Amino acid sequence: MIFDPSIITDHLGDIGEGFMVTLGTWSAGVALGLLLGLLIAVAQLFGNRLVRAPLRVFIEMIRSTPFLVQLFLVYYGGPSFGLSLDPIPAGILGLGIYGSVYFAEIFRTGFESVARGQLEAADCLGISRLQCIMRIQIPQMLVIILPALVNLVTILCKETAVLSIITIPELTMVLTGIGSETFAFVETLLVLCIGYLLLVEACSRLGMLLEVRVGRFMQKQPR
Amino acid sequence: MFDWPLLLKNLPLLLDSLLVTLEISVAALAFGFVIGVIVGSLRLSPLPFLRRLGGAYIFVFRGIPLLVQLLFIYYFLPRIGLPNVSPMVAAVIGLSLAAGAYIAEIMRGGFLAIPGGQLEAAGLLGLSRGQMLVRIRVPQAVRLTLPALVNEMILLIKASSLVSVVGLADLTRTAQNIAASDYMFVQDYLMLAGFYCLINIPLAFLGGQLERHLKERTA
Repeated sequence: MIFDPSIITDHLGDIGEGFMVTLGTWSAGVALGLLLGLLIAVAQLFGNRLVRAPLRVFIEMIRSTPFLVQLFLVYYGGPSFGLSLDPIPAGILGLGIYGSVYFAEIFRTGFESVARGQLEAADCLGISRLQCIMRIQIPQMLVIILPALVNLVTILCKETAVLSIITIPELTMVLTGIGSETFAFVETLLVLCIGYLLLVEACSRLGMLLEVRVGRFMQKQPR
Repeated sequence: MFDWPLLLKNLPLLLDSLLVTLEISVAALAFGFVIGVIVGSLRLSPLPFLRRLGGAYIFVFRGIPLLVQLLFIYYFLPRIGLPNVSPMVAAVIGLSLAAGAYIAEIMRGGFLAIPGGQLEAAGLLGLSRGQMLVRIRVPQAVRLTLPALVNEMILLIKASSLVSVVGLADLTRTAQNIAASDYMFVQDYLMLAGFYCLINIPLAFLGGQLERHLKERTA
């Protein structure tokens, strides 16, 4: 098995474009997932039973079906509900929906992790509800949930490979395409593996830096 | 919106392929468990080299998307002189290797939870390291990590939907084929989602019960 680097260097432009599509769908999916997840978490914590029950069903359904099946429902089933999307928006929507239920779970544990006594104390000190959320709940919650968030974001990075099945021209699609053109499957797939490993590693390194950054105030606390 | 007679007609096809999905998931859990026990104990080895080897395995197989791993195995096996590997075998190898990395982390946690005194006692009683692993560490670690292992089973059943890329007619692929022939995408894919829910929701419930049971006992 001889590795022929020209297969990769000849297609660098295409690979670069695929990489950008991967990054784009990933970040858009994460952003959508975070937003939906926060909404779901808030609705679950503060909503009444009429809101919570259907939400529970939705969460269970998303959690027990494969991401691929959800993508099929959005992409191929969407037009029956008047939702004809191009592959990339459909992929982003799918990724966002899939991520949202897991993000919601993380946010929920985060909100619950801040001790009630602190909220009562803040109330007694005349701190407004918004200030309380911004200055007391979110900073503390972020330290606790950040590792889980970073973990989920890296999982979503890996899930973007599945988007190639609904013909989104991201990294996996581009490299397997080059593979079937040149029959150099092993070379192209090896590059693909290394690419994902680098991406995932970069993401977790960045996460560690962030954890240090948001955890700064923990050291400053008086004993 | 739903064409019930058509759905009923397709039901036997889907039930057959459900069996394929379950077979490869259970097989992958079994092989993945063996890999997980080995890699998990490597991670706890006193030798730094072995620890790093275990770490590298986990890094690689957790860092690469499963879809890419499956494609790689499917195209790589013929290159190392195994030209006629059936899709089923390729799928099980791919799923097992990936599951092994996740189960290794689960087992590592389980191994760490066993009191060290037991191993010292076993050593004094003359048990070999292999005997200790099989008779003392694994049975206890499994009991402690059962909820996590059930969760891994759910993840595997979901992940097995990707084996359609190596040409295996699992549940997802069969639904795809049905949808391609009757164009009833919504009902076919909802049916497919329903099948996955039907297996995974009871499993998730079981996992929750086991976790509660474990908490009550250890508390």
